[in-house]
Amino acid sequence: MSKAVVFRGARVVDPASGRDETADVRIEGEQITDIGKISTNHAEEIDCAGLILAPGFVDLHAHLREPGREDAETVATGTRAAARGGYTAVCAMANTDPVADSAAIVEQVVALGRAAGLADVYPVGAISVGLQGEQLAELGEMATSSARVNFFSDDGKCVQSAGLMRRALEYARAFDAVIANHAEEGALASGGHMNESEVSSILGIAGIPAEAEEVIVARDLALAKLTGARLHVPHVSTAGTVELIRAAKARGVRVTAEATPHHLALTDDLVSGYDPVYKVAPPLRTRDDVDAVRKGLADGTIDCVATDHAPHPPEDKEREFDLAPCGMLNLETALGVVVTELLDPGLLGWLRLIEAMSTAPARARGLDGHGGPIAPGTPANLVVFDPATAWIVEPEKLASKSKNTPFAGRTLKGKVVHTMLRGRFTVREGSDADGQR
Amino acid sequence: MIRHLLSIKDLDPEGIERVLATAATFQADGPRIMRKYPTLRGKTVVNLFYEASTRTRTSFELAAKRLSADVVNFSVSGSAVEKGESLKDTAQTIEAMGVDAIVIRHSSSGAPNRLAGWVSASVINAGDGMHEHPTQALLDLYTIRQHFGSFSGLRVAIVGDIAHSRVARSNVWGLQMMGADVTLVGPPTLLPPRVEGWGVETTADIEAVLPKADVVYLLRMQLERGTGATVPTLREYSRLWGLDAARATLLKDEALIMHPGPMNRGVEITADAAELPRSVITDQVANGVAVRMALLYLMLGGRDAREEVPVE
Repeated sequence: MSKAVVFRGARVVDPASGRDETADVRIEGEQITDIGKISTNHAEEIDCAGLILAPGFVDLHAHLREPGREDAETVATGTRAAARGGYTAVCAMANTDPVADSAAIVEQVVALGRAAGLADVYPVGAISVGLQGEQLAELGEMATSSARVNFFSDDGKCVQSAGLMRRALEYARAFDAVIANHAEEGALASGGHMNESEVSSILGIAGIPAEAEEVIVARDLALAKLTGARLHVPHVSTAGTVELIRAAKARGVRVTAEATPHHLALTDDLVSGYDPVYKVAPPLRTRDDVDAVRKGLADGTIDCVATDHAPHPPEDKEREFDLAPCGMLNLETALGVVVTELLDPGLLGWLRLIEAMSTAPARARGLDGHGGPIAPGTPANLVVFDPATAWIVEPEKLASKSKNTPFAGRTLKGKVVHTMLRGRFTVREGSDADGQR
Repeated sequence: MIRHLLSIKDLDPEGIERVLATAATFQADGPRIMRKYPTLRGKTVVNLFYEASTRTRTSFELAAKRLSADVVNFSVSGSAVEKGESLKDTAQTIEAMGVDAIVIRHSSSGAPNRLAGWVSASVINAGDGMHEHPTQALLDLYTIRQHFGSFSGLRVAIVGDIAHSRVARSNVWGLQMMGADVTLVGPPTLLPPRVEGWGVETTADIEAVLPKADVVYLLRMQLERGTGATVPTLREYSRLWGLDAARATLLKDEALIMHPGPMNRGVEITADAAELPRSVITDQVANGVAVRMALLYLMLGGRDAREEVPVE
């Protein structure tokens, strides 16, 4: 039995219990055993003065690339990046090779996650066979497999057929599963590589209008209402989408939504140098869109922050803009971006920030043991971070196998000090830990 | 002088004037440059063409050779882009051979911008995707100035597929910089998105524009099919926005007809309109060599061209 640990004097921010106060937290074995003013009592004491202790972050949307693109990322390197970013749970997207559209693949991904032991890995299953948008994948097989998949998405491929989308939503109800659809109407987006805007017009890059996202979100919200099923809108990127979701929630549609760090922080004018490190789907939008997405996240219209962490090796990104793949790293920088871009300017407070990073995504997927509450008897899935320390993003120091961060060179505030997965450190004193105590 | 020419915006009005004035000195004995100058002896210019192009590549090749530079043509077929060496690797290969300038034509917008980040040689954009074709704009400006002497207050109508045209973009920025007024003419499907930000007038009515225009500049029209098609048929486009001799009678006497080539005769311009005396389409081609000489001269040599003594 490993020694007990007491995190001493941290500011405990726990949206699930509404707690935001200085307290000590005691961990024994895999669990939290006490919280409040507690004595050290045969435990290792860790001074947390000035630090925030919160439930470990939960990412609904990451690309761990395994199986198939182990040159870009593996479950081990991706969850190492996640641990460094304060995450204890990561949802691995289905666009692997082979596609995660069967029980065998989703179970393999879970096994790889367990073997790495750095974060709980929850696979996202494909909606359609091979992500082809034609035939429903065996959602039930994946849902009832040992991977217990309750969240399905064709990832970067939008389900174009309204008929298939309706069937997916209806069928998913049998397992109380969530359908997440990348919202991008194919014909409107066709050939586009960035936001359609004054910037794209001048750069001569074919654009993807905001409406390509919004027409699909409007359709999917209507279908969610029709079917009574649970819809998740990934990576909201436009002001119009925020409005659609806000109105749908007011009507009682069962919808959750996420925003990425890059859509909360970056605008399409960054593409002006034609560097594909700024190429992403959906594309970076305008300042008005960023402001609307920020506001939507702050007021809860958008439930959570998800990373859409998408590693690509340099040979894929260091090329012509239109020939490069979409995607950005985010797992290690998400906290810093949200603190720097939203909390510091006063757009949201700590409780809402932690809710968006942890409690809300855990709830959206029904992940027991993640997202709090921080209470005796619950699993010790925790993050402790320094909210004030500024650090500079250096791509070569990231744990991810790939280095395609759009935040390279930026100064971010908010740095993870400890990450703990079921009582074991995955990051300790800012350094990688192997899960031992 | 600038190190790279990626966009016409890399030049300021003075820089453009300098290129045009230098080009004029090369044409001092007439529009066809027969002389050879020693200025760039020992310099190497690579033509790196990822898209088929006869006139632009030949024009650059002649320009470099008439300045005594060594010219290497490095043609890459379309399929090599997909399966062969990356642009970055190609750039570093060429760089390792020691070259002074790379003239690049590429189907990807911004490929020259990327290239410029990877090499120490000067990069000249010879047309990239839908982005820019700055040397085309320079030769067009030169041609316009030949006839009007200056640009201030000139009204230039650019007609056709502006949305997909690198020629249009470079010309709009260049003409604006020099003080001309630009009107874009065509159906809204052929206008660029968010064109409001371009500082130009737009209209679908060519016949309302022609009587006021000093220059009518016709763009090459290509038909896309299917749901993405920008016009229903080329026949309809030709009837509504093409220039034929009858429509050309709406132009002022001194107005010019221009086209970057290659022409789709019978689509954006009829053969009889292209051959009107006011058409300066072949002048544009001749001027292209002089303007590209001026540019290479200023970017790689740098002295005053009037001091140059021809060697042949």
